[in-house]
Amino acid sequence: MAHFFLHTMIGQVILTVLEALAVLVPLLLGVAYLTLAERKVMAAMQLRKGPNVNGPFGVLQAFADAIKMITKETVIPSGANRFLFLFAPFLTFSLAMTAWAVIPTNDGWAIANINVGVLYLLAISSLGVYGVLIAGWASNSKYAFLGGLRAAAQMVSYEVSIGLVIVSVLLAVGSLNLNDIVLAQRHVWFCLPMFPMFIIFFISALAETNRAPFDLPEGESELVAGFFVEYSALAFGLFFLGEYANMFLMSGMVSILFLGGWLPPIGIAPFTWIPGPLWLIAKILFCLFVFIWVRATFPRYRYDQLMRLGWKVFLPLSLVWMVLTAGFLLATGLLPQGGAS
Amino acid sequence: MTSVLADYFPVLVFGVLAVIIAGAMLGSSLLFGHQKPYAEKVSAYECGFEAFDDARHRFDVRFYLVAILFIIFDLEVAFLFPWAVSLSRIGLFGFLSMMGFLGILTVGFIYEWCKGALDWD
Repeated sequence: MAHFFLHTMIGQVILTVLEALAVLVPLLLGVAYLTLAERKVMAAMQLRKGPNVNGPFGVLQAFADAIKMITKETVIPSGANRFLFLFAPFLTFSLAMTAWAVIPTNDGWAIANINVGVLYLLAISSLGVYGVLIAGWASNSKYAFLGGLRAAAQMVSYEVSIGLVIVSVLLAVGSLNLNDIVLAQRHVWFCLPMFPMFIIFFISALAETNRAPFDLPEGESELVAGFFVEYSALAFGLFFLGEYANMFLMSGMVSILFLGGWLPPIGIAPFTWIPGPLWLIAKILFCLFVFIWVRATFPRYRYDQLMRLGWKVFLPLSLVWMVLTAGFLLATGLLPQGGAS
Repeated sequence: MTSVLADYFPVLVFGVLAVIIAGAMLGSSLLFGHQKPYAEKVSAYECGFEAFDDARHRFDVRFYLVAILFIIFDLEVAFLFPWAVSLSRIGLFGFLSMMGFLGILTVGFIYEWCKGALDWD
């Protein structure tokens, strides 16, 4: 049996599919329950109860929502481009899922342990813009169009600072492999020496996923729902799931780049008993909690403030910090030796 | 399978599975949902009015400007990736070369800033 899975072609294919499902199924369940968790946490912060009818404490709410979305009608506007209209949620959802192929959940446990993991993640998150842009254009509705434009401009603006922050991390690691990035944090997590970059990355992640306080693309008071105003049924559901899966992905990136991935806070006895994947999950859940916390706390930004923050504050700041990091590491001889081969 | 293909094969598997899941979800709502479109329902949403005209109009040139600026800076980041990984081997010369490149880019950035390309009002 072991021979079949490890040494034959078809066996390896089946093994890879099973591994992928072992990541995707928990991820989808997590995404479904994140929507519930968000409503519950925000309700608690606003002294309400939140969903509490379906099942004890509303735990079946996620399934009730799914059934409702399945039984709704998929309305395709008459002026819309039918193929692109349905392709956009498809793309958003598929990209958010595909990105998880490279996330390492323990030492060497990444399903695709490729040597350019960070580049892959950056490429996938850049492609996410297309889903939003296509949806905005294909709907042929004014709200959707404006929302799509806003979202695209916002996502590309913050991607530049995300890229520069990642470069500063890479300087301290000397490898593009996500496994190596986590292992480089054995002694100290990067969120301590690079604290300003950690904050910039987190805020940019909020902007990248169109979350409050940067949720202008879907700002209800002005654009109703922004780029997915025309969507219904599971076409809407795919957007919804894709966005929440992107939040998971961004939290995963924050955990891996700055919070030491699967590593425990201190490498001594009581902490090392807990297996690595649980640490990673705990860190991701913490980041997601902060996402929701921020949403319940801050009022929405104005669009000019949003662009100013991205281009005039984060970009110069991350650029200067990147140069300082490089200079400091070079001057003190602390640069990681070897690097990518 | 060669090692590069073996490394990237799971990415393909993830992509295929994601497309299958998304297709199944989209298909199920088309299958189980009661489809009954009529002219008012499928017209574009415009706050209760009937849609005036097509939404594909001219839009603010600033969005275009942001896209152009993004290309410049994203290319810069793309140059920085290999540089950051190999800095220990290219040493001071590599560092100073990149500083020259970044210096030129910063001059351009300051020019944009002074010209008001980064303002949004």
